[in-house]
Amino acid sequence: MAKTPTPAELLPGLSYKPPEKGWMDVKPDFRPGTYCNPASPKWMEWINYPYPAARSIPEDEWALPQDWKEIVLQGMEDRLNRFRSLKLFFDICVRCGACADKCHFFLGTGDPKNMPVLRAELLRSVYRRYFKTIGRALGEIAGARNLTEDVIKEWFFYLYQCTICRRCSLFCPYGIDMAEMTLLGRELLASVGLNIDWAMASVAQCYDKGSHIGAPPQAFKDMIDFLAEENERVTGITTTPSYNRKGAEVLFVMPSGDYFADPGTFTMMGYMLLFEHIGLDYTLSTYAAEGGNFGWFISHEMGKRLNAKIYAEAKRLGVKWILGGECGHMWRVCNQYMSTWWGPVDFLEKPVSPITGTRFENAAVHKMVHISEFTADLIHHGKLNLDPQRNAHIKLTFHDSCNTARGMGILEEPRYIINNVLPEGNFVEMPPNTIREKAFCCGSSSGINANENMELRMQGGFPRANAVRFVHDKYGVNHLGCICALDRATLPTLLEYWVPEVGVTGISELVGNALIFPDEMERTTDLRDRDLVGFGELAEEAGEEEE
Amino acid sequence: MQLATLLSQKKAAILGRWLTMIYESYPPETAIFLRKEKNRFDNPAGYRISEGLEGLYGALLQEMERDQVLTCLDEIIRIRALQNFTPSQALAFIFLLKIVIREELAEEIQKENLAAEILDLESRIDGLALLGFDVYTKRREKIYEIKADEAKRRVSGLMRKTGLSEDSL
Repeated sequence: MAKTPTPAELLPGLSYKPPEKGWMDVKPDFRPGTYCNPASPKWMEWINYPYPAARSIPEDEWALPQDWKEIVLQGMEDRLNRFRSLKLFFDICVRCGACADKCHFFLGTGDPKNMPVLRAELLRSVYRRYFKTIGRALGEIAGARNLTEDVIKEWFFYLYQCTICRRCSLFCPYGIDMAEMTLLGRELLASVGLNIDWAMASVAQCYDKGSHIGAPPQAFKDMIDFLAEENERVTGITTTPSYNRKGAEVLFVMPSGDYFADPGTFTMMGYMLLFEHIGLDYTLSTYAAEGGNFGWFISHEMGKRLNAKIYAEAKRLGVKWILGGECGHMWRVCNQYMSTWWGPVDFLEKPVSPITGTRFENAAVHKMVHISEFTADLIHHGKLNLDPQRNAHIKLTFHDSCNTARGMGILEEPRYIINNVLPEGNFVEMPPNTIREKAFCCGSSSGINANENMELRMQGGFPRANAVRFVHDKYGVNHLGCICALDRATLPTLLEYWVPEVGVTGISELVGNALIFPDEMERTTDLRDRDLVGFGELAEEAGEEEE
Repeated sequence: MQLATLLSQKKAAILGRWLTMIYESYPPETAIFLRKEKNRFDNPAGYRISEGLEGLYGALLQEMERDQVLTCLDEIIRIRALQNFTPSQALAFIFLLKIVIREELAEEIQKENLAAEILDLESRIDGLALLGFDVYTKRREKIYEIKADEAKRRVSGLMRKTGLSEDSL
């Protein structure tokens, strides 16, 4: 029997000082809400991934293959030989701590193992033990440790608490890329059968049926036809997407979030209105129906397998170049991996805007242009007839998606578009240490936007939401704009918890709202059927009052 | 001297100590960071917790609308309701104020014979804790609510297409 605890005694940090434990001895606490479920064997069998089994995280036994240790160590050795960067990142860190407090998961969870320096150490300690003489000889003294099942569990816990956003590498004096270590660490986990269900289900569905959501080509076409009808209902403009049309100039590829889930669907409507407005000769593909790539969140190999469809379809249809929709990780994969995987891309032409004649030199190798680059160029050349007042009900701040902003420097294009489609004064930036290269991540990217780990996601997104709340409280911001489908899927949930007064929108949706067509019907609502400010009945009433 | 005057005079010391005790409920490395980093955007948890505590302290010193008190509690509890704490650990911080006040004002309580006022104050701290239960429960319910809402949004485009509303899910 013991006395009822006092409040202070309930808090371990206050009631007693625990014996000093090294980080190696602190085991992760697999509390429900903080981890993703392991992948169902069904999905792994669909894509022929190794060691499928029904696993349960709370169980001690994780059904690892008998020779799991050899597989992991061999895998590490292979990757050290293949990726000089990995070896460099393992060797070069001096533990200066510059990255320690830059991770949104550390800031949200308060767990020191989410300090990037320590998260990397989870892998680095094994590297030292098996691949460095000093680690072999001195063990723990040299920061080395044996590879045990507990270590594997710790990797599973923390490598899926990293959204590969690379904010930490921005602050690292050596530019050590935690994202690359996380990705390669996840590959090692996958090699012994450990994957997460949310990502693996999306991958298997995409590989088998064409999109993460598992929709067959007919459903893809049905849904986009429906969104075209919606455009006609709201604007009176017939948007006419074509499917699998050979000889089109441009293949347009977008993430499936844009045609199935709100608010992405309104972004899709915006794309179609834009293309109609400029008369773009484009086609959609029911085969390359998914721009997103959850495969890349599991392994480079799986990323490549899913990505294959885009060039294959561009080649089959005989298009000149590819235009990509608003998506962050899709863009990273297409911009930075695709041509390395499949190049040289000699069956496509260097992208040239058929409307402005602009040559997209930045896309000369991979032959794919981002919709924000394309739209900003159109506006710059005065090719869009826009009425910013149609977005007067939107007071916007902009979330720089990690992959497009920090990863590839698409910083000015979306802002340029925003400033041209919103009335002056309706765009407000969040504080400088939370945007552009220093943007805080949404906290749900890299395949961890599952349902069962919601507490973790809300903690990871807290720094982002905190900055959104600031501009909401101070300037009355009511929308958060972004150019990423995962953001559009997850930020509404994040904001519902932290700043419920703020909604989420894609930037092409705002373009769609603002476009003026010569033969349009009278516009009284935006694409979401919300009343416009100063249009329609309200404007008429105001006019009558003045009279 | 009255307790209220003393609480005002020693506000900085009492609040500082209360805040430190909350920070110490985190792992040592995290506690150091929460205390050290002053930028409200680089240290969102530290900022929101300190703002919430200041508001709660104010609520004890002067009258405040119930909603305002709940807002101050929510500043802190919505963070701790997510983090690796049991419900009792998440809310224990409210009671810590009793310890801080007893220790910070030990001398004055004896000299000025403030026992009755202290008892009253401690009852009001208990009241804060009870309101804290309401806030904590609401936040936990919110987590389930946002899970359900997100699941609906994943297919909301399809629902609109079929003419069904999200509410029919």
